[in-house]
Amino acid sequence: MFSLIGAESAIFTIFVVAYIFYLGKSVSGPTPADVLELPIFSTVCLLSSSLTIHLAVRALRQAKIGAFGLWWFVTLTLGTIFLVSTGREWHHLIYDKGLTVSTNLFGTTYYSLVGLHAFHVTVGLLAIALTMILTLFGKVGPEHSERAEVFSLYWHFVDVVWVVVFTVVYVIGR
Amino acid sequence: MAGIAVLLAGALLAATLCFGAPPDPSQIPSIFRPQSTPANSIFQLSQLVLAITGAIFAVVFSLLAYSVRKFRQRDGDDGREPPQVYGSNQVELAWTVIPILIVLVLFLATARVIHSIQDAPKPAGAIEVIAIGHQFWWEFRYPALGVVTANELHVPVSNPANSTPTFLTLLSADTDHSFWVPRLAGKTDLIPNHPNHTWIDPEQTGVYLGQCAQYCGTQHAKMLLRVYVDSLEQFRQWVEEQKKPAVGNDAVAEGRRIFESTACVNCHAVTGTIADGHFGPDLTHLMSRDTIASGAASNTAENLRAWIQNPDAIKPGSLMPAMQLSEKDMDALTAYLLTLR
Amino acid sequence: MSSESIALSTVGRDARPIGERLHDWVVTVDHKKLGILYIVYGLVFLVIGGIEATIMRIQLIVPHNRFVSPEVFNRMFTMHGTTMIFFVVMPILFGFGTYLIPLMIGARDMAFPRLNAFSFWMTAFGGVLLYFSFIGGNGLYGAGNAPDVGWFAYAPLTARAFSPGHSTDFWTLALLVSGVGSIGTAVNFVATILCMRCPGMTLGKMPLFAWLNLIMGGMVIFAISPLTAAQIMLSIDRYLGGHFFDTQAGGSAALWMHFFWIFGHPEVYILVVPAFAFASEIIPVFSRKPIFGYPVMVAATICIGFISFSVWAHHMFTIGMSSYGNTFFTVTSMIIAVPTGIKIFNWLGTMWGGKIHFKAPMLFCIGFLFQFLIAGLTGIMLAASPFDWQLANSYFVVAHFHYVIAGAILFTVFGAFYYWYPKVSGRMYSETLAKWHFWLFIIGFHLTFDFMHIPGILGMPRRIYTYEPGRGWEIWNLIVTIGVFFQIAGVLAFVVNLLWSHWKGEPAGNDPWDAWTLEWSTSSPPPDYNFAATPVVRSRRPLWDLKHPEDPDWKYE
Repeated sequence: MFSLIGAESAIFTIFVVAYIFYLGKSVSGPTPADVLELPIFSTVCLLSSSLTIHLAVRALRQAKIGAFGLWWFVTLTLGTIFLVSTGREWHHLIYDKGLTVSTNLFGTTYYSLVGLHAFHVTVGLLAIALTMILTLFGKVGPEHSERAEVFSLYWHFVDVVWVVVFTVVYVIGR
Repeated sequence: MAGIAVLLAGALLAATLCFGAPPDPSQIPSIFRPQSTPANSIFQLSQLVLAITGAIFAVVFSLLAYSVRKFRQRDGDDGREPPQVYGSNQVELAWTVIPILIVLVLFLATARVIHSIQDAPKPAGAIEVIAIGHQFWWEFRYPALGVVTANELHVPVSNPANSTPTFLTLLSADTDHSFWVPRLAGKTDLIPNHPNHTWIDPEQTGVYLGQCAQYCGTQHAKMLLRVYVDSLEQFRQWVEEQKKPAVGNDAVAEGRRIFESTACVNCHAVTGTIADGHFGPDLTHLMSRDTIASGAASNTAENLRAWIQNPDAIKPGSLMPAMQLSEKDMDALTAYLLTLR
Repeated sequence: MSSESIALSTVGRDARPIGERLHDWVVTVDHKKLGILYIVYGLVFLVIGGIEATIMRIQLIVPHNRFVSPEVFNRMFTMHGTTMIFFVVMPILFGFGTYLIPLMIGARDMAFPRLNAFSFWMTAFGGVLLYFSFIGGNGLYGAGNAPDVGWFAYAPLTARAFSPGHSTDFWTLALLVSGVGSIGTAVNFVATILCMRCPGMTLGKMPLFAWLNLIMGGMVIFAISPLTAAQIMLSIDRYLGGHFFDTQAGGSAALWMHFFWIFGHPEVYILVVPAFAFASEIIPVFSRKPIFGYPVMVAATICIGFISFSVWAHHMFTIGMSSYGNTFFTVTSMIIAVPTGIKIFNWLGTMWGGKIHFKAPMLFCIGFLFQFLIAGLTGIMLAASPFDWQLANSYFVVAHFHYVIAGAILFTVFGAFYYWYPKVSGRMYSETLAKWHFWLFIIGFHLTFDFMHIPGILGMPRRIYTYEPGRGWEIWNLIVTIGVFFQIAGVLAFVVNLLWSHWKGEPAGNDPWDAWTLEWSTSSPPPDYNFAATPVVRSRRPLWDLKHPEDPDWKYE
C-alpha cells in the first residue's frame, strides 16, 4: 500500500505542479479569487473521517464489531457528505459562474486536480460501502483488522492529499 | 565461422566506400567546421570533451582487452577456482575520486561556454530578425529594416573589428520546430508561446545549409534552411530590393487577376497588391529565392507550375492545397509569379 | 538446507489436452508462467519492432527514396520507439524479474500473485490496443492510422488541431493501460523483495539481481506516474476541451516536455538497471569469482536511482532554458556518470584475476561492457549542453541511445536468455548457434550504430523520412542499413536456437554453470512450489558455501 501511495503521490504532485505553474496565466475568464469559496464544512467532514476510520479499525482489532460498524458507517457518511459538497460546488461553478474545464487554464487545472482527488474519494467510498454491506451481513471479523488497517492507510492518504489541494487551491491560489 | 562473417562485412564495407561519390565539402553541414562564434565555441569545447572521453575509453578498453586475454580459462587448467577477491576499498576510492575530478574539469569548461553563448550581449550593429516557424516553412522578418521573406535567410558577414552579428528571435505559429544551421550555431527550438533567442556572426560569405530539427509533422523532413551570408554591400543591396513593393507589369495582368481572385490571397502576401495573407510565405520577391517549398525544389518555372498544380507530388502532406486550375490559367499565373523578383 | 529439492520431474511432456494446457496459461498466477508469458510477449514485439526499424532503414538507404510515404514513415518511428520501450524491453525485464526473484530469494511465489497476473494482462492489452490503431485509427475515414507523433509525443503536435482523428489517443490509452501494469509489477517486486526473503537472507546477503530489481521497482513507482498524469492531462485537452498544453490559451508546450522527461529519463535507467542485474549475475559465474565490491555496487545503483530523477531536462537543452537551468542539468547529468563508471570498474574488477569461460552468456556480457562504455562516453558528450545544442535531435543521439538499449541492454538480455534458458526449459541451448548469433549480431550492431554517429555530426536531424543528397550523408546511411541485415540474421539464429533446443537440447540438470545463487538448487525447470523446504542461507553465495564447506563465503563477508 505504501508503494501504491508513493505512485499516487507522484501523480498528484504533477497535477499540483501544473496548477501552481498556471496560476495567473489564464488569458481570460474567471480567476480563483472571483469564484472560489473556502469549503470549510466539507473539509472538516473529510478530515474527521480520518479520525473515525482510525477508531473503526481500532474497534475491529479489539473485536468490537458493533463499534466498528458504527464508526465505519460514520466514515462512509462523512466521505459522502464531502463528495456531495464538491458536487454542489461544481454545480454552482458551472451554472452560476460559468467555469468549465474548457473555459480557461484555471478551469482546466482546477477541475482536473479537484476531480482527480474526488475520483480517489469515490473509489475509497466504494470500498468502504462494500465493507459496510459485508459487515451488515456479519462477514467481517477481527481477523480482517489488518486488511482494514491497510485500507485505512489509503483513506488517510486521500485526506492528506486534500490538505495539500485545499492549501494550494483555496488558500494560496486565491 | 566468425572469420567468414567478418570478412563478408569487411568486403561490403570496402565496396560501399569505393562506390560512394565524394560530396562537395562546402555543402556538408558539419558541426566540426564552424564558421561563426557560437559554433566555434562549441567546437572548441567538443575538442576537450572528445579528448577526455577518448582518454577514458583508451584506459578502460585496455583494461577490458587485457582481462579478456590474460584471465581466460586456459586448456589444461587444473579446474580450481581462482582467488576469491571480494573487493578493495582503496581501489573503490581511487576510481570514485578520479572520475569526480574529471567531471569537475569538464563541468567548469562547459559552464563557461554556456554562459558565453547564451548570455552574449547584443552589440549596436546587430541585425535583428524574427524567425517564425510554420508547418513546414520559415518566415523571416526584419522589423528594423522593413523586410519580410521566407525560407532563405540573408545576413551580413561579421568580422571582429566591425561586429554585425544577427540576433534571431524564434517564435512559432503552430507546433515545435528547431532552427539548426550546424556550421553557424547550435540549434534552438521554436516553441509556440515561448519566445527563444539565438545569434550568429558568420565569418565568411557563402550559403550555409540547415533544416528543422524538431519533429513538427508530416513534412518535417523538407523544412529546409538556407542561410546566405552576404558581404556588407551585397546585404545592403538585398535589403533595398526586398523593401520594394512588387513591380506592376501589364503583360501578366491576367495572371495577377487569377492570383487575386482565387484562394491564393487567403494565404499569401504580395506587397503593393491586395494580397495580404499570412498563412503561407510572402511572395513579393519570390523569384529572388533559389528554392521553393522551403528547399524542397529549385525555383524554376516548371517546378513552380508543378508545385501549384499538385504540391503533394513535391512535398506530400504540405499544407498548400492543389489549386485545380485549368492549363491556361496555370500558364498565366506562373507567368505572373515569375515577375515577382 | 538441502542441496537438492525433492521434486517430481517436470521435464517430461505434459499429457493433458491442449485446451486445458492453454487455459492453464491464461489463468495462471504462478510467477514462473507469468515470467515466461512476459518474455515471449516481449520477443514477439521485438520482431515487430525490428520490422518497423527495417522499413525505416530501407527508406533511408538512399536520399529521396520512395519506399514508403512520409505518413507511413512517421508512424514507423513512433511505433518502433513506443513498441521497443514499452512492449519489448519492459516486458522482457519484468518477465525475468518475475521468474527469478522468488527463486533467488528462496520464496514460493511473489507477494501478490493475482496482482502479478493482472499486471501482465494489463501490459499485454496495452500492446494489443496500440497495434489495433493500425486498423482502427481513424474509424472509417482514414484506415491505417497508427500514431505518428513520435514516441515522446510533444505538444502541441498532439493537440486535436494538429493530430485529428484517434491515432494519438491510441498512443495515450495504450500507455496508460500498460503503465498501470508496470506499477503493479513494481509494487509486487518491492513487496516481495522486502518481505519474502528466506531466513538468513538479510538485505546485505541477497543477490545483486534482487537489489537492482528492488531499486528498479522503486523507480517505476515514482517515474511512471508522471507519465500517467501527463497523459490524463493530454486526454483532457483532446476530449474535454482542456488547455493544459494549448498554447493558444496560454498553455505551455514546455510543460509537457518537463512532465514527459521527468518520466522519460528515469525510464531509461529503469531499463538499464535490470540489465546491470543480469551482468552482475553472469560475469561473476563465468569469471569464477564473486562480484567485486558488492556494497559499492548497491550504493552506486541507489545513487543512480536518485540522481536519475534530477537530470531530465538534458533532453530539453535546446528549448531555451536559462543558462542557469542548462548549467544545473549539465552538472547532474555529468555527476551520474560517476556511479555508473564505478559499476563498470567493478565488473572489470570481477573479471580481473579470474578464469573467464567464453560461453554465450559471457560473450554477450563482454559485448555489453564494451558497448556500455562507449554509450556512457557519448552520453557525457551529450551532457555538455553546448555540445548538445549541436548533437541533440540528430542521428548522434539516435546512435547514442541505441548503443545503450541495443548495445548494452539487449546484449545483457541475450546473455540472460542463454544463462537461464537451461533453468527455465530444462534443456541446454546450442552453443554453436549461440556463437553465430553473437558474431552476426555484434557485426551488424557495429555497422549500424557506430557509423550512425557520423550523419549526426554532419548535420542530419532525426525523424526525417528522407534527406537531401550532396550533404555527405548518403554513404553512412547506406552502411547503417546494411548492418540491419546482419542483425536480422543474428536474431534469426537466436530464435531458431531457442525453439530447436526446447525439443532437441541436452537435458541441463539443476546447475549446468556451477553457479552460486538459490535458483540453481532446484530442478530445471523448477517445480511449481519452487523449494521443497524453505532454504536457509548464511552468505551471498549459498551454493558456494555448500560446494566449498572448507572455505565458505560467510567467513569473509
